[in-house]
Amino acid sequence: MRSFETFSRRKLLKTGGALIVGFSFAGAASARAAAARGDVAGPPDQGEVDSWIAVHADNTATVYFGKCELGQGNTTGLLQITGEELDLDISQMSAMRLDTNVTPNQGATSSSSSIHRGGPPLRAAAAEARQQLLLLASVKLGVQPGSLSVSKGVVSVEGDPTRRTTYGELLGDKKFEVKISGSAPVKPPSRYKLVGQSVRRVDIPDKVRGNYVRAQHLRADNMLHGRVVLPRGQRAFGYGAKPLSIDESSIANIPGARVVRKGDFVGVVAEREWDAVKAARQLKVTWQETPRLPSNAGLYEKMRAAKTTDTVVTDIGDAAKGFQAAAHVAGATYHGPYQGHIPFWPNCALADVGPNGAVVKSSSQDVYSSRAQIAKVLGLPEAKVRVQYYESSGTFGRSCYEDASQAAAILSQAMRRPVRVQFMRWDEHGWDNYGPPHIAEIRAGVDQNGKIVAYEYHGWQHGWTVTSTVSDLALQVKGVERAGGTNSITVNPISTGSMYVIANRRVISHAVPMEGLLRGAALRSPLDLNYSFASEQTIDELATAVKMDPLAFRRQNIADKRWLGVLNAAAEAAKWSPRVSGSSVSGGDVVSGRGIGLGSHHVSYGAAVAEVEVDKRSGVISVKRLYGAMDVGLAVNPGLVENQIIGQMVQSTSRVLKEEVKFDEHGVTSLDWASYPILRFAESPEVVPVVVQRLDEPSTGAGEEVMGATAAAIANAVFDATGVRLREYPMTPERVKAALAGAKVGRA
Amino acid sequence: MAQAIGINVNGEARTVAADLDTPLLYVLMNELQLRGPQFGCGLAQCGSCSVLIDGVETRSCVTPVASVVGKKITTVEGLPALYAQQKGLKETPELHPVQQAFVEVQALHCGACYNGVTIKASELLAKNPKPSDSEIRTAMNGHLCRCGTYPRILQAIKLASARMSGAAR
Repeated sequence: MRSFETFSRRKLLKTGGALIVGFSFAGAASARAAAARGDVAGPPDQGEVDSWIAVHADNTATVYFGKCELGQGNTTGLLQITGEELDLDISQMSAMRLDTNVTPNQGATSSSSSIHRGGPPLRAAAAEARQQLLLLASVKLGVQPGSLSVSKGVVSVEGDPTRRTTYGELLGDKKFEVKISGSAPVKPPSRYKLVGQSVRRVDIPDKVRGNYVRAQHLRADNMLHGRVVLPRGQRAFGYGAKPLSIDESSIANIPGARVVRKGDFVGVVAEREWDAVKAARQLKVTWQETPRLPSNAGLYEKMRAAKTTDTVVTDIGDAAKGFQAAAHVAGATYHGPYQGHIPFWPNCALADVGPNGAVVKSSSQDVYSSRAQIAKVLGLPEAKVRVQYYESSGTFGRSCYEDASQAAAILSQAMRRPVRVQFMRWDEHGWDNYGPPHIAEIRAGVDQNGKIVAYEYHGWQHGWTVTSTVSDLALQVKGVERAGGTNSITVNPISTGSMYVIANRRVISHAVPMEGLLRGAALRSPLDLNYSFASEQTIDELATAVKMDPLAFRRQNIADKRWLGVLNAAAEAAKWSPRVSGSSVSGGDVVSGRGIGLGSHHVSYGAAVAEVEVDKRSGVISVKRLYGAMDVGLAVNPGLVENQIIGQMVQSTSRVLKEEVKFDEHGVTSLDWASYPILRFAESPEVVPVVVQRLDEPSTGAGEEVMGATAAAIANAVFDATGVRLREYPMTPERVKAALAGAKVGRA
Repeated sequence: MAQAIGINVNGEARTVAADLDTPLLYVLMNELQLRGPQFGCGLAQCGSCSVLIDGVETRSCVTPVASVVGKKITTVEGLPALYAQQKGLKETPELHPVQQAFVEVQALHCGACYNGVTIKASELLAKNPKPSDSEIRTAMNGHLCRCGTYPRILQAIKLASARMSGAAR
């Protein structure tokens, strides 16, 4: 069938003659194939239009892509891209949930890649689909494809709108059977109607009406409720959690409660959810001792003393010579702690494992990776495992979703019944794959004219877990650390001074082994808060050293128009008042200040201005207003980007003012929202988001790039208010008071 | 052991099977299959499980089901009907004005906090139809949002307040 059509299409293109080969020949077979979608393990071939788009008889389309909705709105943006090329309205399209038997493997939904890297293949597929539909229409209507125009899936002859057909009539539920050539014409941005518009999110109405099915909502016939049994708070990474004894009689009074053990993994199941909760809480387990952790007090010392693997990330010019030429040098050591993903809802998964295979419904950011991990834990071939994505709550990186999925799968395999596992609050808080801590030793120099002439950044951090807690326990293997291979693990050179013209710049990354510390993984804008917090405070210190306003100083040292664009946009939104920072510190108990900062993640550009108040008596920092500008190239949906700016700025405020994972020598003690406080409603700043729209630039990520800038702007505003630099976050009242007291005795 | 318990949810008398100490949340989720209230912490810290009990915002994750017998439980699913009753409307609107405002302001990110903040905001506006920003911030302070949507939630509540006082004329 395919060769026939390919021939026909070639013939049409060559001769312009009527194409009389009916797509209907493919009808029955294609309809069956469409119905069967999902029966075969994926991933589908990304080179086929059918892997991405299905057109239905009612002139609607289903779109298949491999980036999941995490609450960031990417589904809406990706449908806009598809609809733009296909000339379909948002209301005519729906997105298929991610499913390893159905959707393409576009990798993890991470690094703000949905639009940046997930968009282009979808655009190409949609363009190819449109080209094919126009060919079919040209045959049906008897004119050249160039004489056709499309609006909302209605194809009509230009100049004679009575001659028309629809996508639904042309293809209705049959397959395209067309390969993506990559040469189908895409629209120039100047003709965009849907892309670039702040279309309302497609998921919000159902979320508001309660029709949106979340992972937590899922139930199955004959289902058991499961819970994991882990020590309260994780221990040293690399040493697991070995149950020495399990006293099953301790839950004998709970009806139907059963203990399941696989390797070192322990779980419980019960018919009723409350009984599973009680069983997990009540089960007496004696755990083997694990090596001591350094505790919060000893963390940075241990990291700094570790044998590291060092990488020179950037080495431009000659830093040593640069420092010799400097009139002023600023430098200090900065610290940032472990912080958690800690989704608002702990992770939840439903698994049904039988002898012939497994279906797992969960909230993994990467369904194909999840499938591989579950297959390994269950001892099944990957093709026998199907993972379907159901949205949970915002996860911001690798929270415990793989653990919940694997636990549900293990329990289901053991019980031969579907099992739903809901992590408890202490499981999610205590066994997160935390955003790693970071130590920065930085110095930078400026000449007498206010030109930055030297910059040197050393960063210490450990890497990310490759494996998951539950699989490590079940298979009794040591966790594996990924210590390199991405800018987010080695120090990110973009966030460490790259925005400035600096002739001599060195950035060195010192990889600390994760073993004996806590389990780490990417947390939204991985380590970019740390880099900007250190780097942009240092830049501010140089500005103060040459008695310049920090905005003017940055303008003077930046050449890149896109960095200048976001810097100026944030400053204009804030009606920035120029002065040397810290030059008008008031003597009152409550002092105010403003600060500015820049930051990135991988590609996009972020700038922030913060207005803060500091109560010198209590040490409380109140962030009053934030202004955030982002340049993400072509913003497919500026409304979504505005919302992402707001979310990033509030979350970044939370992280630099409040968040720190606490742990003692035995394990993590941050086990709930009381022991791991986050920013509350009454503490929330006002946020003014600004999208710097660039229609002529490729779309890049929008979910992470203004977080670092925000952290830096707040810290710089605190200095402007108090004349004191905070070099460790979270900037808690205790740390603020200590810094202010230190300043009084001249140690700041 | 589980026993039959009669409760009133969203104006309907329901009989559920549960142990008396079972938190109301588990009954709403599992016995009545409601999608609004959800497990967030089980510790009354976050607001994910909030419902109205006789009009008062209550954390269902720490409220034993036996303690709500004879009381009126309203979940987010029942908010439009409760609003119609409060306002003396003949017809129940599709959405409570707070819910409608959440759509218009595009306040949600993941939407996990939505249940609790909507319940709390409806309680606030029933008592205080025109709250100041500071009154909203204080009233909402027991509800966490991990996505950082507080500014838009504030905006949505103000929009709902304006609409509701307009509707009351």
